[in-house]
Amino acid sequence: MTKATTRRNFLKMGAAGASVLPFLRAMPAAAQGSDTLVVVTGARINSLDLHRTGTSRASYQVGINCYDRLVSFGTKPTPDGGLSYDYEVIEPELAESWTESDDGLTLTFKLKPNATFWDGRKVTAADVKWSFDRAVSVGGFPTVQMKAGGLERPGQFIAVDEETFVIKLDRASKLTLPDLAVPVPYVMNSVEALANATEEDPWAMEYLHTTPAGSGAYKVARWTPGEQLVYERNDAWVGGELPAVKRIVIREVPSPATRRALVERGDVQIAFDIPDKDAAELADVVDVFSTPVENCIHCLCPNFAFEPFQDADVRKAIAYAIPYEDIFQAAAYGRGLPMWGGEEEINDIAWPRKTQYYTDLEKAKELMAGSSYPDGFEVPLSISLDLASWMEPTALLVQEALGKIGITVEIEKIPGANWRTAVLVEKRLPLHLENFGGWLNTPDYYFFWAYQDGHLFNSSNYRNEEVEELTNATLHMAMDDPEYAPKIKRMFEIVLDELPRIPLYQPALNVAANGAEGYEFWFHRQLDSRPLKSV
Amino acid sequence: MFATSPRLRATVLRVAQSIPVVIGVVIISFLLTRALPGDPAVYFAGVAANTESIEQTRVAMGLDKPLIHQFFVYVGNLLQGDLGQSLTSGRSVATDLAKRLPASLELTLTALILAIVIAVPLGVLAATRPGTWVDHLCRVIVTAGVSLPTFFTGILLIYIFYYLLGIAPSPLGRLDFIYLDPDHVTGFYLIDAALMGDWETWRGAAKQLILPATTLALFTLAPIARMTRAAMLTALSSDFIRTARAAGLSNRTILYRYAFRNALLPVVTTLGMVFSFTLGANVLVEKVFAWPGIGSYAVEALVVSDYAAVQGFVLAMALLFVALNLVIDLLYTAIDPRIGFSSK
Repeated sequence: MTKATTRRNFLKMGAAGASVLPFLRAMPAAAQGSDTLVVVTGARINSLDLHRTGTSRASYQVGINCYDRLVSFGTKPTPDGGLSYDYEVIEPELAESWTESDDGLTLTFKLKPNATFWDGRKVTAADVKWSFDRAVSVGGFPTVQMKAGGLERPGQFIAVDEETFVIKLDRASKLTLPDLAVPVPYVMNSVEALANATEEDPWAMEYLHTTPAGSGAYKVARWTPGEQLVYERNDAWVGGELPAVKRIVIREVPSPATRRALVERGDVQIAFDIPDKDAAELADVVDVFSTPVENCIHCLCPNFAFEPFQDADVRKAIAYAIPYEDIFQAAAYGRGLPMWGGEEEINDIAWPRKTQYYTDLEKAKELMAGSSYPDGFEVPLSISLDLASWMEPTALLVQEALGKIGITVEIEKIPGANWRTAVLVEKRLPLHLENFGGWLNTPDYYFFWAYQDGHLFNSSNYRNEEVEELTNATLHMAMDDPEYAPKIKRMFEIVLDELPRIPLYQPALNVAANGAEGYEFWFHRQLDSRPLKSV
Repeated sequence: MFATSPRLRATVLRVAQSIPVVIGVVIISFLLTRALPGDPAVYFAGVAANTESIEQTRVAMGLDKPLIHQFFVYVGNLLQGDLGQSLTSGRSVATDLAKRLPASLELTLTALILAIVIAVPLGVLAATRPGTWVDHLCRVIVTAGVSLPTFFTGILLIYIFYYLLGIAPSPLGRLDFIYLDPDHVTGFYLIDAALMGDWETWRGAAKQLILPATTLALFTLAPIARMTRAAMLTALSSDFIRTARAAGLSNRTILYRYAFRNALLPVVTTLGMVFSFTLGANVLVEKVFAWPGIGSYAVEALVVSDYAAVQGFVLAMALLFVALNLVIDLLYTAIDPRIGFSSK
């Protein structure tokens, strides 16, 4: 990309737009004009291709803003007056319409006839097939994510004619359609990609890494890794309502204090993913959106591999000893949702749900006295240095509280690079904090990752035969199936009683806006630039 | 010519001597990065990885091969000038270093020049007038300089000059987003912009430099001022100055020609040291000012065990220091003719 954007044609590009980036001189005032928005973030965009190995989370936004998927999610208002994507509503993006066969095994998509790539070529079913083939073939994260929706091998994708694309499934699943709306299965310009593919690199990983080739709402005008990414609107976009903002500059600013000063002064319009503390303090000064992250819970996990935690009374004693409110205030500054003090009886299938536990030291002491460890024991509590902002205050409060019921806790800080290996792969940490969040917003999907034996986020080594069975049964079952709700309720009941993960609170994603509106929360926790407007 | 110019010969000898050092650095940096805790394959496999995809990532990164095999691949690539691919930035390490090293050097050198311009005269003044207000001022500045951590000074300066007063530009890195990078010649924006004759960009780059350079200068000022003062005091109290005074030489001549020149040697040594630790101290300043320098690059790479980037950084630093030491040695001989290469 950078190669194609020389100084000269960038200037030309600007001149083509109604109001040019006013070169030099008359700055910040002009940047606040309605056609440029500046966004600051602390995260690093390291690739323009989500399918590449090692692509960072922050880079997923390129997949969202520059590429189209067949379908997308709708929009709904949030309780605090903001906007959020709507998991319940699937909307067309590249597909004009779609049908499902009666057995649910065949999905047929009709593509929009007027959809074109940036180079002007028509988007065809062959492009969709090539892109899907790539996602299931390259391995790593994209392949895992495709599999969640039952999309596993190229043979499942058929380009019938230019505008008709068919997916054959091995089994019907409610997760397939939503899985087509996540960032991974985006549609690339296969002709352009193939022209730049080599024998060793048949999927054009090297080319698409720096040069997106899509049909999305924004093109990448400039990309300087570690500094900035500039989006330029694609006026021919047909995937949805044309974005209001012509140009969006994403600047990487590692220091949260600097990001805060910038948005407070109004020199940048959006500070994305700011710390809870700043969100709490900025809320009176600028617009702050703190959206609880769907299907995500911060948990304290007692590992079943550690003997004392095999005792149910010990786990319950811990659940009653935790100072939930203090943690919520100290670690999250009250941003997010409490996950304690709920009804024991389960009447709905909303997840995350409040547990029946609350802070009651007397009860905790009683439970400890009745356990096999009345005199307590010693255990290290592990936290990640990368996530210290919430884990450290939480760990200190847990340490203090557990000390009162005879459990001596020593806090062990693990470097970020080591964390995932220790907690998720080796699953060797006796007591630790964990924060899995599922992209697909159904309880069974959360259970699949976090409560099924051997799965990545089941860091407690938990295994319950009934949960295994129920999760497998519900994972692909339609949510309006009469059997679905009772099964899910039973799953809630078991894991909230057995407590392999003790829910603490549901975290929030914080975004500060000063001079921009239309921000929408997405499950992928990246900025969708398309609905943004400047004010 | 080789035989006739002792300085050239010594320089060549010096460079030759650094070869084992560089080889050692290559081996040690390779081993140390592998000894780091953590498994990069797990990290780079992404959020929802399973055992299979972690293994695929490991193979893709070449980490499934035995260590010795990895080492030979690395050295082989290195000999062809290929430093490998950084996974954190997604680009080749050589490109990253070419982009980021000048950014750090520009900041460090500006800060260092700023510090020298203030610290050396301050040290000289303090030494010639011990016990006066100049001396006390020097002491206060020095104490404040070393005791204020750079990230604190940085945030404080941003708070005052950007947030409250609004006279400093947005702390958004090397250039505000409205400017385009000047064409890459040296990678130093001030020089590149000047070469293009694009004075708007030059001014933009200079404005962005002021606050971070001041932050760093405040920090580096202290050792330089202290060392200048101490060296000047020693020089001024030595016998040859007494003799010079007795001979009735003018104050000016004594101070600059005899005392200062002799005091310069320890100052230059200190400068070399200050330069090296400033490059390290850069990390915090770079974070605060979103400066795309080499310090923050290395730290980010280290945190996620991005082997190629860490090795590239260490190697670049090693080469830089070999060059730096050489320059300082050459400066010695220029300042003090008694130190000759011939004596070695």
